[in-house]
Amino acid sequence: MRIRRTLLWIPGNNPAMMANAPILRADTIGLDNEDAVQPGDKDAARILIRNYLESVRGKHPLELAVRINDVTTPYWKDDITCIAPAQPDAFIVPKVERPEDLYLVHELLTQVEKEHGLPENEIKLLPILETALGIENAFLIASTTTGRLDGIMMGGEDLVTSLGALRTREGREIDYARCRIVSAARACNLNPIDTVFPDVEDIEGMIADTKYSRQIGYSGRAVISPRHVTYANEVYSPSEKDILYAQEVLEAYEEGRRLGKGAVSLHGKMIDAPMIPRAQQVLEIAKMIRGGKL
Amino acid sequence: MTIKHAAVAGTLESCDVMITVEPSDTLEITVDSTVKDLFGKKILACVEENLKKQGVTAAKVQVQDKGAFDCTIAARLEAAVLRAQKEG
Amino acid sequence: MKETKLCHSIEDAIRACGLRDGMTVDFNHHLRDGDYVIPMVMNAIGKLGIKDIKVFSAGIFNGMMNRGLTDLIHQGVITSTEVTGNSSILGGMISRGELPKVCRFHTHGGRARTIVEEDLHIDVCFVAAPTADCMGNCNGVEGPNAFGSIGYSMSSSRYADKTVVITDNLVPYPLQRTSIDESVVDYVVQVDAIGDPNGIATGIAKPTKDPLALIIAEYASKTIEFSGLLKDGFSYQAGAGGPSIATTRYLSEIMKRKKVHGSFILGGVTGTSVDLLEEGLFDTIMDVQCFDRKAAASLRDDPRHREISDACYAMRGGPNGNRSCAVDSLDVVVLGALEIDLDFNCNLVVNSSGLITGGAGGHTDTAEGSKMSMIVAPLRRTRYPTVVKKCTSITTPGKDVDVLITEYGISVNPKNQELALRLKDAGLKVVSIEELQALAESMTGIPDEVRFGDRLVAEVIGRNGEVIDRVYNILE
Repeated sequence: MRIRRTLLWIPGNNPAMMANAPILRADTIGLDNEDAVQPGDKDAARILIRNYLESVRGKHPLELAVRINDVTTPYWKDDITCIAPAQPDAFIVPKVERPEDLYLVHELLTQVEKEHGLPENEIKLLPILETALGIENAFLIASTTTGRLDGIMMGGEDLVTSLGALRTREGREIDYARCRIVSAARACNLNPIDTVFPDVEDIEGMIADTKYSRQIGYSGRAVISPRHVTYANEVYSPSEKDILYAQEVLEAYEEGRRLGKGAVSLHGKMIDAPMIPRAQQVLEIAKMIRGGKL
Repeated sequence: MTIKHAAVAGTLESCDVMITVEPSDTLEITVDSTVKDLFGKKILACVEENLKKQGVTAAKVQVQDKGAFDCTIAARLEAAVLRAQKEG
Repeated sequence: MKETKLCHSIEDAIRACGLRDGMTVDFNHHLRDGDYVIPMVMNAIGKLGIKDIKVFSAGIFNGMMNRGLTDLIHQGVITSTEVTGNSSILGGMISRGELPKVCRFHTHGGRARTIVEEDLHIDVCFVAAPTADCMGNCNGVEGPNAFGSIGYSMSSSRYADKTVVITDNLVPYPLQRTSIDESVVDYVVQVDAIGDPNGIATGIAKPTKDPLALIIAEYASKTIEFSGLLKDGFSYQAGAGGPSIATTRYLSEIMKRKKVHGSFILGGVTGTSVDLLEEGLFDTIMDVQCFDRKAAASLRDDPRHREISDACYAMRGGPNGNRSCAVDSLDVVVLGALEIDLDFNCNLVVNSSGLITGGAGGHTDTAEGSKMSMIVAPLRRTRYPTVVKKCTSITTPGKDVDVLITEYGISVNPKNQELALRLKDAGLKVVSIEELQALAESMTGIPDEVRFGDRLVAEVIGRNGEVIDRVYNILE
């Protein structure tokens, strides 16, 4: 499963920002044809996104994702048919409320893949849950079996409107939704991706919120500013201590298996089964980070 | 592919290009660019090539470039031509 | 007082100096875009009917050009220039052949050498001084238009036939704090204002928020950290551009973390460098030019912040006596460039379209003198690649350039195998310059070659007075 500590939004109609995007240290770039582009320009933006993807394919190790418009708009179908042939790594589908929304996109995408002779099911889908209904249907959506689902994204800004809540710096009004998505994603063995921290200038607040995000179980978040990227990467990256511990967990587990022990302990604590894949993921992230990510 | 009416795509932001296409009996391309000295010829060639690809043989094309790469020029041109086909 | 040096007007001073057609005048440029002195003097020269003047100045800025120098060139009052810092307006005029004589571009050290070794004869030196007394003792740190170090007037005021001090803050004799003293001054003129404070210094340079500049600065500061040069006694100079200032800030954090105590900062000084002095990370600043108000105030108030002359800063030794200069004791310098090529040659003077836009400043001097010279630059600027196969013009030869830092990685000059190994061992993103050039080209496409005309319009002069490059007129 792909590691996404940061997903940086880049306006899909801005060639200058798109040209610099790969160097900004985010694990994933989200080329946006939804909120970042006016309705009158979405036709031009999707062509620009398509051409851009064709020009950078294979040149950079990061993930290139595209946010299409939601399935209630007249734009989403053209987004898929125009951009899919350029083979982005993933499509980000906003305002997903029911499994049907994802299946709709999956069907059209499969059709386009066939028409263009593209490998089947390689392009992933990342839904954003940002309405009350979407949050409530989180588990159903996470359980969809398109074979493309690679994570669940949390969208805090639109959600606040949907909930009739008031947006604050601390963000307690979206606590339930944030936690629910973690829970639904993990239950289906998917990585949850947290919402953006909306204040570009408030770096301290962003770091604190990202630490909280990590605490409640997110392995990454979307960011709206290049300035947030390195701070967020650091919070979601395992520390040297974490890496050492993960190595110890796996070693103890292996030793226990070799000696035929039923239960294994480390530093006086029992090693439960869920700790193993977590330890493996920590080492995976560490490997990916050390592989020339300075 | 015939240009039915005037249409514009792109912006005048740095690294972008604004392309205007209008109906015409002949093919006329004017290029104004902030990087004209180094890429003037390349920009013209890129526009000519992409017009051909889109099957446009007659049009008045005005290019106002702010240092866009080829893939951006091609995208903006394609969008302008597309818009020039739409009714209304 | 036996006699007064005070003239009633600039015209009177010019007449008293006996300025004639074909002579050379010298100015300092510390007032930058806010300078009134150069335009006032040159306009007065024009009004007196004097023509064919060579302007020899540490720098010419667009503000000065807009205040009359452009017209004076068209009128034939100014027929050539020799400068270190350049204005894009002047550069354009030189490129288009609008000046009848060949112009020259010096380094700061080279300019000082030209004066001191008397390769060039200065007839009249005009010193813009924020504070002076009636006998010509003056400084740059006091007065309403204080700009800080007056380093660039120190050599020319001594060697010119005549020296005129122009001030808007005349104080009773004797001026207590003196950078240039009365023994070299012939005349003094008081004017209403020597400059516009808003154009002189841009306040304190705000830390950059540009993500590319910050990435470049991170690589640059880490390069310094792992270069083997960052230890007690470390000396440093950096430019005033965004990536340079950000590098200086990151460096200060590294120095604090590693408990390194530096010896001196040299420059071209910004408020950021002053922070490092005030934080106790360095013992001394040696200052030939203040880029902002904070630096100027620090020079005025802090005894650890020392003013130095242009000769002391960067002048190469010669028969007339420079025994040494500060750049030769420098460990690390952080510089910019318009272009850098596969041989690490740097271009600061001619842009990629063939137009003269910049000047060498202290680039060539510090690159040669320092133990490690670093160029910090983005891989491209819109569609103009910074890393190119061959520079449009050479200002600093590649043999003196050690490392290039871009947002796509670090390139080490092949002559520095040891440095390359150190950086690779530290896990830094070291790539060949060929790779960077190819990457730039793959993004921008291959540019057409610039065509020049047959007319020689300018020469780029090195530290020793040698011609490093010749620039021809652009074809339009």
